[in-house]
Amino acid sequence: MSIKLNALFSDSYVDVSQYRDQHFKGNRYEQEKLLKQSNTLYVGNLSFYTTEEQVYELFSKSGDVKRIIIGLDKVKKTACGFCFVEYYTRADAENAMRFVNGTRLDDRIIRTDWDAGFKEGRQYGRGKSGGQVRDEYRQDYDPARGGYGKVVARPQSIRTTT
Amino acid sequence: MSKARLLPEKLTVYTTLVGLLNARNYNFGGEFVEAMIRQLKETLKANLYTEALYLVRFLSDLVNCHVIAAPSMVAMFENFVSVTQEEDVPQVRSDWFVYVVLSSLPWVGKELYEKKDVEMDRLLNQIDGYLKRRLKTHVPMLQVWTAEKPHPQEEYLDCLWAQIQKLKKDRWQERHILRPYIAFDSVLCEALQHNLPPFTPPAHTPDCQYPVPRVVFRVFDYTDAPEGPVMPGSHSVERFVIEENLHNIIKSHWKERKTCAAQLLSYPGKNKIPLNYHIVEVIFGELFQLPCPPHIDVMYTTLLIELCKLQPGSLPQVLAQATEMMYMRLDTMNTTCIDRLLNWFSHHLSNFQFRWSWDDWADCLAMDADKPKPKFVKEVLEKCMRLSYHQRIVDIVPPTFSALIPAEPIFFYKYQDEANSKCAGYAVAITVGNAIKNRASNEEILTVLKDVPNPNQEDDDDEGEGFNPLKIEVFLQTLLHLAAKSFSHSFSALAKFHEILKALTDCDEGKLHILRVVYEVWRNHPQMISVLVDKLIRTQIVDCAAVANWLFSPNMAHEFTRFYVWEILHSTIRKMNKHVQKIQKELEEAKEKLEKQQHKKDSGDEEDMERNSEDEDGQLEEQIERLQEKVESAQSEQKNLFLVIFQRFIMMLTEHLVRCETGSVDFNTPWYKNCIERLQQIFLMHHVTIQQYVGTLENLLFTAELDHHILAVYQQFCALQL
Repeated sequence: MSIKLNALFSDSYVDVSQYRDQHFKGNRYEQEKLLKQSNTLYVGNLSFYTTEEQVYELFSKSGDVKRIIIGLDKVKKTACGFCFVEYYTRADAENAMRFVNGTRLDDRIIRTDWDAGFKEGRQYGRGKSGGQVRDEYRQDYDPARGGYGKVVARPQSIRTTT
Repeated sequence: MSKARLLPEKLTVYTTLVGLLNARNYNFGGEFVEAMIRQLKETLKANLYTEALYLVRFLSDLVNCHVIAAPSMVAMFENFVSVTQEEDVPQVRSDWFVYVVLSSLPWVGKELYEKKDVEMDRLLNQIDGYLKRRLKTHVPMLQVWTAEKPHPQEEYLDCLWAQIQKLKKDRWQERHILRPYIAFDSVLCEALQHNLPPFTPPAHTPDCQYPVPRVVFRVFDYTDAPEGPVMPGSHSVERFVIEENLHNIIKSHWKERKTCAAQLLSYPGKNKIPLNYHIVEVIFGELFQLPCPPHIDVMYTTLLIELCKLQPGSLPQVLAQATEMMYMRLDTMNTTCIDRLLNWFSHHLSNFQFRWSWDDWADCLAMDADKPKPKFVKEVLEKCMRLSYHQRIVDIVPPTFSALIPAEPIFFYKYQDEANSKCAGYAVAITVGNAIKNRASNEEILTVLKDVPNPNQEDDDDEGEGFNPLKIEVFLQTLLHLAAKSFSHSFSALAKFHEILKALTDCDEGKLHILRVVYEVWRNHPQMISVLVDKLIRTQIVDCAAVANWLFSPNMAHEFTRFYVWEILHSTIRKMNKHVQKIQKELEEAKEKLEKQQHKKDSGDEEDMERNSEDEDGQLEEQIERLQEKVESAQSEQKNLFLVIFQRFIMMLTEHLVRCETGSVDFNTPWYKNCIERLQQIFLMHHVTIQQYVGTLENLLFTAELDHHILAVYQQFCALQL
């Protein structure tokens, strides 16, 4: 009976996920605290061609957007498929988690997750080639994310042990 | 008991359980009922009317479970209905008590009539008399469609009354509600019943905020679902119960869209009704509800997408059918609802690759561009473009629709090329542009700008500090041109040169002109105008009243019926409201802090008395005084904003009405419909805030001399809480 009651109060779309930013400066406790208070969302699986304007339009549906920071390839300084969306209030960010996460932008299902807060430097991909890590190793062909993953494009790299 | 409140659609399951427990243990039943009565009193005091409604319904179903004696329930209903005899109370108060009684009757009407038919008849007669004499001024403002065909948009009490009358005629035979207690009748009928204590509704106080009246949304009838089970008629009580339950499911699960969709689709008794049609109708009913939907708009979009995922073979078709029907009835649809419809539709399409049978809507191509249908399609395409890009829109519509495709969102730079070199200020524009590119300081740029002649001045005896529209134009056009690449670029530019912009727009005319320039350069990119205006307000380069004046100015008259204009205006009002709320909250918090500190003093703690010196208190008191001033000033700004907006509306509408009258022309043009409904929209969307300023509005603006068409809108608004 009590499990069901919990289900009634549940708001699972707003829960913090398992992901933790490995580059976060601080301990796990501090990170979780920030995530639970944050007004900022990480948005992933964007097309490289998705513009700030499109992100604004979609995410404005859950509230006033304070700012958007488009994720960039560290080398090329071009969009590499993710961004941060910061709201003025937590409530608006929560509604984005409930109603924008898992829907489509530019025909792609996008994923949102809580972020501890934007800091300079975090707008860059952390993959070896400059983009996101996930684009280093994926095997599929995704025309909106530069085609094949880097590991496929550079087969020699599989044999390197670095 | 909290479970019953949380899952009202499962009410009869819980009442059965309570009934069985009561049969076993009389005291349990007594305590339970007492607790419910206490809760009812509390919820009424706390303005939680939806909660209170379910509590009363729960209590009435407990009659069916032999927990509560029917006569005492009738007595409670009699007390509720006697509220209609109270004098000098808002109509919405007696409305609610009548609604509570009527909406419990599908559950308990049969039982009450069997035990106390004379009293019940008297009760219903009283209600009938009340319904006949109550005012319905509010109805036009709350109707989604103004037309009576194909489905009348009925006032909610009228509709419920018709449903209860029909139920009575059918001798209270109600077949839709699941009644588990029937299976346990042999046990339950042995139970001892309790009498409800006499319950007097709490008296009316000025703090009471009763629910706002509603209009019942109808888009389907049995002819629309030709195959399968028949849809219950609009005056059947089944329709009421189904809709109540579906609304309750959404209320319980709106935060979890997958659960919500699953719960809706697994509605008990779904095989006997065209469930998909009911679901779609209930969802749109909420989305289009006036004044406001019960939940955030985007929730409904996402919920419908989930439903389409779960029923891919049937739900999308029903949704398409509903969309088609609403398109056909756009001519009489309330403008606010058209806004919500096009927002929903464009967002929905963006999740389905913008696939739509546009050719089905080719009829709109032959109409004037200002008619509702082509206007709707144009605004939808513009919204679709915001979620994608211009070429995509060109690709998704047939070539015949090219006139309705939005303009390409390009920047218009006045000082673009040599051809414009004769333009006043051209040379300075080039210099400023270079200065910015070379990272000149603000002082250097201001010096360059000094060279801009002021077309407003006749001679040079002035210091040149007055409002200089050309200076603003030269600087802002050039700055925005350099920053045109993206929103972020433009925001950075505004931030970097905030000082200069502030200096240039020190007066009201300056603020107005800045907005004009923004429009000039970005007139093909309404979304950019919107975000820039937002930033200009937030960085206090322009104020809210300036934005309102600009939108209503003759320069913007040709854009007056475009959706983005109203997006900007409502966003501006919201910012103003949030600002006031924020400072009010700060004031509350400071006051609470002071109270706490004074409590500590009064508690006589020697140590603390030493430390909590007069200083701290004094500081707090000072802070409170400052905040008080801030609140008053913010409220004054807020009041002024609404006054400006209403004044402008009145001027425009009066002018139009007078012109039409003298020219003996019908005043009810598409422009007029749009304008009057936009005025309604201001009242509807901000009715709680505007309530505070009713006195001023009535004295200054909405006086008896006003044209009755305009005054009617004001009176309808007042009727929402009358």
